Amino acid sequence: MTTDPMLLEVRDLTVTFPTPRGPLDAVKSLDLDLEPGGALGIVGESGSGKSMTSLAIMGLQPRAARRTGSVRLRGRELVGMSEADLRRVRGDRVAMVFQDPLSSLNPYYTVGLQIEEAYRAHRPGVTRRAARKIAIAALERVHIRDAAVRVNHYPHQFSGGMRQRVMIAMALSTEPELLIADEPTTALDVTVQAQILDLLQEIRRETGTGLVLITHDLAVVSEITDHIVVMKDGVCVERGAVEQIFTDPRHPYTQALLDAVPRIDDEIGELRAVVPDAATTSPATENTATENGGPA
Amino acid sequence: MTSPQTDLTAATAGGAGADDTAEAPAATQAAGAVQAGAGGTWQALRRDVGAMLGLGYIVLVTLVAIFAPVLTSISGWTPYEFDQTAIDPNLGGMPIGPWGGMGAEHWLGVEPGSGRDIFARIVYGARVSMSIALSATLLTTVLGVSLGLLAGYFGGRVDLVVSRVMDFLMAFPALIFMIAVLSALPASNRSTLLVVVISVFGWPYLARVVRGQTMSLAQREFVEAARAAGASGARIVFREILPNLRSTIIVMSTLAVPGFIGTEAGLSFLGVGVVPPAPSWGQMIAASVKWYAVDPAYFLVPGMCLFLLVLAFTVLGDRLRAVVDAQEGR
Repeated sequence: MTTDPMLLEVRDLTVTFPTPRGPLDAVKSLDLDLEPGGALGIVGESGSGKSMTSLAIMGLQPRAARRTGSVRLRGRELVGMSEADLRRVRGDRVAMVFQDPLSSLNPYYTVGLQIEEAYRAHRPGVTRRAARKIAIAALERVHIRDAAVRVNHYPHQFSGGMRQRVMIAMALSTEPELLIADEPTTALDVTVQAQILDLLQEIRRETGTGLVLITHDLAVVSEITDHIVVMKDGVCVERGAVEQIFTDPRHPYTQALLDAVPRIDDEIGELRAVVPDAATTSPATENTATENGGPA
Repeated sequence: MTSPQTDLTAATAGGAGADDTAEAPAATQAAGAVQAGAGGTWQALRRDVGAMLGLGYIVLVTLVAIFAPVLTSISGWTPYEFDQTAIDPNLGGMPIGPWGGMGAEHWLGVEPGSGRDIFARIVYGARVSMSIALSATLLTTVLGVSLGLLAGYFGGRVDLVVSRVMDFLMAFPALIFMIAVLSALPASNRSTLLVVVISVFGWPYLARVVRGQTMSLAQREFVEAARAAGASGARIVFREILPNLRSTIIVMSTLAVPGFIGTEAGLSFLGVGVVPPAPSWGQMIAASVKWYAVDPAYFLVPGMCLFLLVLAFTVLGDRLRAVVDAQEGR
């Protein structure tokens, strides 16, 4: 690293929910680092706090939750920033792609209009016509054929993979520095999943947009990220470079996650689950694992 | 150490374009079918005989209400003119002739006792019924939608207050309260007062539905996505959520109209509605009760008009709901 500030620097991020049985930490003292143009994978099972992390980075955690710690985007602190300033960051500097592309698009509007609106919200003074050109260019960029015709179609007229392409086009229209993709391929079948991952990879190479990819699928992160953070119960249990995590997992939970991936050379038999008891370890081990992990 | 999925990825990476190609014909086909949502609803509704008959009657009554002065100038009698020659003073003011005096002179007969032209009074009464019912519908829709959106989107304390007010209004004996208020307040501007009173008790029924739908829409990912794209609260409510409530609002409002027509007629029947001599269908029905044994036609004419109008709105609203439900279930 040079003097260039980190693209994303998260320190001691904690998201706390009040519950009848006392406060519950959905995310606990999480640190993340992402260089400009880098790609970071956050992996964990359902409820491990990975989606809450992505929302908390954007300041979109539920109203009931309390967020503490520090989130810096190119050195700019986002925690404690006013809602109006945050709105200018969201969708402009940081964009997000969600899991289910059909429900992420408003069924009432054509995709073109939605891209235009998202763009114009951050570029006041841009005319409808100019925004329309940007929308078509954005759709072409994600390899949607006949973009000039397709801008006038409604979300339900697109297939699942195409909708996710639309979402990515919308997210990229403002040329953000950071793209957070929360389970972008989970709702898609495997072949389409591969195409979307290729697309994300290609965009990252061409535009230098930083990528935070959140998923429960180790195969997906191995595909396109350089560093991985493994989360469990809101805590980072292991972090490191992709190869290191895959070849030499330090934490039993990471090992359990890796073992749970069904393999083509396996004998036919039962699938291995991530057994909570086997994977759960004492906090001391977690700390060791975290500290022993490679630099993220 | 990679998973088999990674290998699969490599194998299918070349097929990126295949998705586009396979999809193109399907998309073109779909484009024709659902190009305009509103157009589709109208197409489906046009094939429905009941809905079209209902709509036809509503249009007829609306036109009659709008052109009331023209129609009465053709028929030759205004609603306030007494025609002493059309009633028989020896029979206590019974209309002369069969069917309550229907004929070339008085198309729908005359009012017993006064000899006022029933056709003219029906035509002007349509103005009262329609304008009150439609204004009340407009006001309830505005109130119901905005308060429902507010409660559903912001939740928390706002929702608590709005919901308790709705519970209170729905549990309140509205009719008794309306009668009390309308008889206590000066009768100078009864029509406006009627609209306000009906609306105050009418909005919770729409607001309750809008609130529920808003709550579920607010959880949808496109709202989350809009927020992640930097949209403000007002923008999300009006640009993202409100358009998706369109069909609900149209159906609920159409179904509310007959209720308001009935309420207006009921209040006029009870003597707290439109002030005489201004004609209203409810008032005419009330007046005809004394004569039903000797002059059933006087009761029948406004009764049928009211019954058909309520039926027309109900059938139209019901069919509209069926069409919209079928489309949303797609």
